[in-house]
Amino acid sequence: MSSYSHPARRRHLGDKRLIQMFIIPTVVLLILMNVFPLIYSLYLSFTEYSAINPTPPKWVGLDNYKKVLSDNLYWHNFAVTGRYALISVSLQMIVGFGLAMLLKEKFKGSGLLTTLILVPMMLSPAVVGAFWKNIFNPSFGIFDQFLGYSDPNTAPEWLGDPDLALWAVVIVDVWMWSPFVMLLSLAGLSAIPDYLYEAAAIDRASAWFQFRRITLPQVMPLLLIAVLFRTIEAFKQFDLVMGLTGGGPSLLQGTQAVNVTETVSVKLFRLAMPPQAQTGLSSAMAYVVLIIIIAISNLYIRALNKVREG
Amino acid sequence: MATIELINVEKKFGPSYAVKPMNMTIHSGEFVVLLGPSGCGKTTTLRMISGLEAVTDGQILFDGKDVTWLHPSDRDIAFVFQFFALYSHMTARENIAFPLQAQGEPRDSIRKRVEEVAKMLRIEHLMNARPGGLSGGDQQRVALARALVRRPAAFLMDEPLGALDAEFRESMRAEIKRLHIEQNATTVYVTHDQIEAMAMGDRVVVMSAAVVQQNGTPAEVYHDPANLFVAKFIGSPGMNLIQGHYADGRVALPGDNRYDVPADWHTTIHEAIGRDGDIILGFRPEAAHISASGPIATTVYTTDLHGSYTMLHLEIDRDTIVDVRAGRGTNYPIGTPARFDLDPAMVRFFDPKTEMAIRKGGNP
Ligand SMILES: Nc1ncnc2c1ncn2[C@@H]1O[C@H](COP(=O)(O)OP(=O)(O)OP(=O)(O)O)[C@@H](O)[C@H]1O
Ligand SMILES: [Mg+2]
Repeated sequence: MSSYSHPARRRHLGDKRLIQMFIIPTVVLLILMNVFPLIYSLYLSFTEYSAINPTPPKWVGLDNYKKVLSDNLYWHNFAVTGRYALISVSLQMIVGFGLAMLLKEKFKGSGLLTTLILVPMMLSPAVVGAFWKNIFNPSFGIFDQFLGYSDPNTAPEWLGDPDLALWAVVIVDVWMWSPFVMLLSLAGLSAIPDYLYEAAAIDRASAWFQFRRITLPQVMPLLLIAVLFRTIEAFKQFDLVMGLTGGGPSLLQGTQAVNVTETVSVKLFRLAMPPQAQTGLSSAMAYVVLIIIIAISNLYIRALNKVREG
Repeated sequence: MATIELINVEKKFGPSYAVKPMNMTIHSGEFVVLLGPSGCGKTTTLRMISGLEAVTDGQILFDGKDVTWLHPSDRDIAFVFQFFALYSHMTARENIAFPLQAQGEPRDSIRKRVEEVAKMLRIEHLMNARPGGLSGGDQQRVALARALVRRPAAFLMDEPLGALDAEFRESMRAEIKRLHIEQNATTVYVTHDQIEAMAMGDRVVVMSAAVVQQNGTPAEVYHDPANLFVAKFIGSPGMNLIQGHYADGRVALPGDNRYDVPADWHTTIHEAIGRDGDIILGFRPEAAHISASGPIATTVYTTDLHGSYTMLHLEIDRDTIVDVRAGRGTNYPIGTPARFDLDPAMVRFFDPKTEMAIRKGGNP
């Protein structure tokens, strides 16, 4: 009865079968939860279909994609997202890397300071959105008071002014995520061996020359990773916008009213969810976003490899 | 080319000395080797000369000008680091060009100079490789090229051959020596390898325990060591040192041996330790020769065969074994008796109390 007496049988149960037994449930789960929805939504993106409607999906070919890519209304959402990603990620890189340069030298309390700076990153975006909504409030928020406006009637209305609203979201995103860039930059900076700077001092390089020719290239791989992560996140921006502005305020652009902070994800959410529930169209839009993110990631990864290999 | 002077230069890390107050002059164009065992303060000394490490006291002069508190980049020196310290993200060419680019030299002249130096060090074929892809020896050449490219007033090299294997060290040693002669640059070279020091230095500065033990030509530190440390440290094997008792022109040695001290030493020894006192007799292996009528009787302990000679280890008594160099013609079976005599011009004496050499004409 013991496996001793059936060595051959035991072998049959072993190795390959065992591996399969462990892997198959995972694969099945993956197919059910990821692969199937992915493929099914790809199919839906070529159909006219609403998830809350009993009518079955109707094949319409590329119509949804044509609409998403050519209609000014959707184009506006892509433009908002792109502008937002560009400004927000650039500022995060500058602020985060700047902070890292300042905190690179150890001083008394620098550990505590670093931890404190990291706190915003650990908060939930929904909470951050709710808090900053109050902070931006022109009548009782402290932001305008900090800027020196004492009269609520003349103070800028950050979340309500179409010229300022996107910047307000950028400010909060920078506040929240610059610490992440700082953390990666600090890791990169502290990995640069001191002897490189000693060699550079011997080679009579100025501080600026050392920064340009040693510090920057040495941390570049990590900076690129930070840019990659932050860009992908920015393209998916949803929760902060929902918490702060809900996509608004709206602005008349030609004959159309557009929401100035409505990012692609927010738009997608609106399209996909009831009452609109345009499942086919929103699937097409989601695929466009996916392709854009994959393309951007590929560009960065290529840049990263180039930096690594020289 | 610069003359470098250290005046009472010292370095303390906390309460302990890495380098005790030291004085040294390195003349323009000279090749000076700092030699000593690990941890004796060689690197610290070099780093103080370069300005990478601040002195805790004393003065450093370059050509008579006080540079003690000048930044390394204002001293016009090149430093070859023990572990190369190449810029890992740059190609060999970019590494070598770096010091010139940092000075904002025109592109054309940089390219010409870099090619010149690459040719001198025979690394033209490696110019597009990165340090990570180069062997230790090649990295060392690139590091040397980077140091040479700027024609600095002085070269400081910290064990530049320490990371190389034996075979390669020999050829690099010759190369550095040749470069020094061609460039005629003041060079301070750190090593813990005494063979390297003897082979390369115009002058050898022997350090131990944060103190300069002797500063002299290779011949001086070899033949006239200033103290017991130098006598033992220089040479492989080091000088034979036998405890004895001096009285009336004779040294009583272990094993009832007596050695008649050459007459020209008597006054010097009397002045140093008196007519009767403990003394240490020192001689190099090549100062002894096997002779049946020799005054010192021994037994053969072991023998090492070297290519061109035999090194005999002779037992005078249980605690005293000396190394004697002999021709390779004769066979010396272990356990057989052997007597040897000493070349009177090559014997040295030390005071066991002070551990200093007893020297004719006193200590310089
Ligand atoms: N930054 C430092 N802080 C504290 N002590 C140090 C420091 N640098 C060197 N020391 C000490 O100073 C002494 C001399 O060190 P140094 O590096 O000059 O020796 P070295 O002769 O170059 O030795 P090695 O042959 O091992 O390179 C050592 O005891 C070392 O521990
Ligand atoms: Mg050292």
